[in-house]
Amino acid sequence: MKGLRHSWPSIVVAAVLVAVWWVTVVVTKSVIFPTPAKVVEGTMELARDGSLWEHIGSSLMRVGAGFGLAVLLAIPLGFWMGRVHGAFVTMNPIFQILRPISPIAWIPIAILWFGVGNASAIYLIFIASVFPMIVQTTVGVHTIEKRFLRAADNFDVSRDKFFLQVILPASLPQIITGMRIGLGVAWLVVVAAEMIALRSGLGYMIMDARNAGNRYDLVVAGMIIIGLIGLALDGIMRLLESMKIVRWRYAH
Amino acid sequence: MPTDNAPPKISLQGVRKSFEKDGRTLEVISDLSFDVRDSEFVAIVGPSGCGKTTLMNIICGFLQPDTGAVLVDGKPRTEPNKKGILITQQGSVFPWLTVRQNLLFGLPDDVPERERLAHEYADLVGLKGFENNYPHELSGGMLKRCEIARALVVKPEILYMDEPFSALDALMSLRMQNELLRILAKERHTVLLITHDVEEAVHLADRILVLSPRPARIQASFDVNLPHPRRVSSPEAQALRVAILKELGVSETG
Repeated sequence: MKGLRHSWPSIVVAAVLVAVWWVTVVVTKSVIFPTPAKVVEGTMELARDGSLWEHIGSSLMRVGAGFGLAVLLAIPLGFWMGRVHGAFVTMNPIFQILRPISPIAWIPIAILWFGVGNASAIYLIFIASVFPMIVQTTVGVHTIEKRFLRAADNFDVSRDKFFLQVILPASLPQIITGMRIGLGVAWLVVVAAEMIALRSGLGYMIMDARNAGNRYDLVVAGMIIIGLIGLALDGIMRLLESMKIVRWRYAH
Repeated sequence: MPTDNAPPKISLQGVRKSFEKDGRTLEVISDLSFDVRDSEFVAIVGPSGCGKTTLMNIICGFLQPDTGAVLVDGKPRTEPNKKGILITQQGSVFPWLTVRQNLLFGLPDDVPERERLAHEYADLVGLKGFENNYPHELSGGMLKRCEIARALVVKPEILYMDEPFSALDALMSLRMQNELLRILAKERHTVLLITHDVEEAVHLADRILVLSPRPARIQASFDVNLPHPRRVSSPEAQALRVAILKELGVSETG
């Protein structure tokens, strides 16, 4: 009930936007831009012949693989850079240069190295999501308050315990923030990668709909589906933020 | 007991410490020497900014003195260890661990009955029933109790307390002082307390050292020969308080 009370203004605004869109298409008598009804119709058509689910599955699989690999590399690397000063001063400048390069700029190189296929897309997603997670993990370790590190020192605990009960949980909120950013970027990039180098996925679906007979109803349907799935992925990451072990960071 | 030839529990010998600031050398501690006997409760009072916290960090082993040494049981100490646990004003209870996990933190896995010990100390400080709570669910006073329990459960020989109750309101601070005395009556520890609160020092300590403004030196030393429980409002305690304040340059009539 409470959720409904908070979301009704956005529902109203969304309804108004859809109405404006609908009226504009009807008034301008556009033959190519679809009405909302056409978009729903197109979506149903794709859902019925199963191709929609295949495209969603392909995109999610690529994001899962690329993002998963990025997590596996970024978090240990971030811890290492956070704890070892030499590692930080050596690696950080390199990452600071690589990080602002749009993942899209990597597309030609990705195709050169990995060909036109899944590997290219997974590589691009990896490149897109690995840097924010490295940076956030490092920041998470660097911003652990001295009083906690001193307390840990004071109790002479083993290295394992120091890592598992101090370093890891203390930096976990920042790591989760990094993962949220990383997954968001990964979802942006998969669509771009699929538009250029692949023959499946939501990005491909959009390009294909336009190239194969200006099916703009399917273009818009694809865009809306991308938006909704992106929202759902972010929702999953927000669930991580509500875990008990990180709630201290958001309490008060 | 013939303990005359045993070394003092803590011994500072000619400790000096300076910091570089804006290209200038700032001397914080200047040639400081004093001893703390085993089981003694020594309070160090001094004006704010006189280097009390720096001094505490040196004594605990978190900072190294430029010259001089800190001996614990006659042996030089260079690193912090479990023999003496530091309790500070800000506190350092880990917010990501529950009360119980905090209490278990300093107990290695091979300590027999560590769970029971943690339970016993939670009970001792009055945190029974809150063991599965996270620190952000506790009040300031309870957090302090948790920190004290976490220190005591590892059976340290020394408690280092740096303004431990300053962040609490006056009433809670007094309550925690009484609590500390109650616990110390049960299990004896050597305590070194740093505070700016003269009344707190008079309430708790066996001996009070007054530090000078920076660079810190020992300016005066007072023995507190009053039996516990003390009444801080008693004439003897008040006279002592006035004498200490006078050393700090505060006159009550002024």
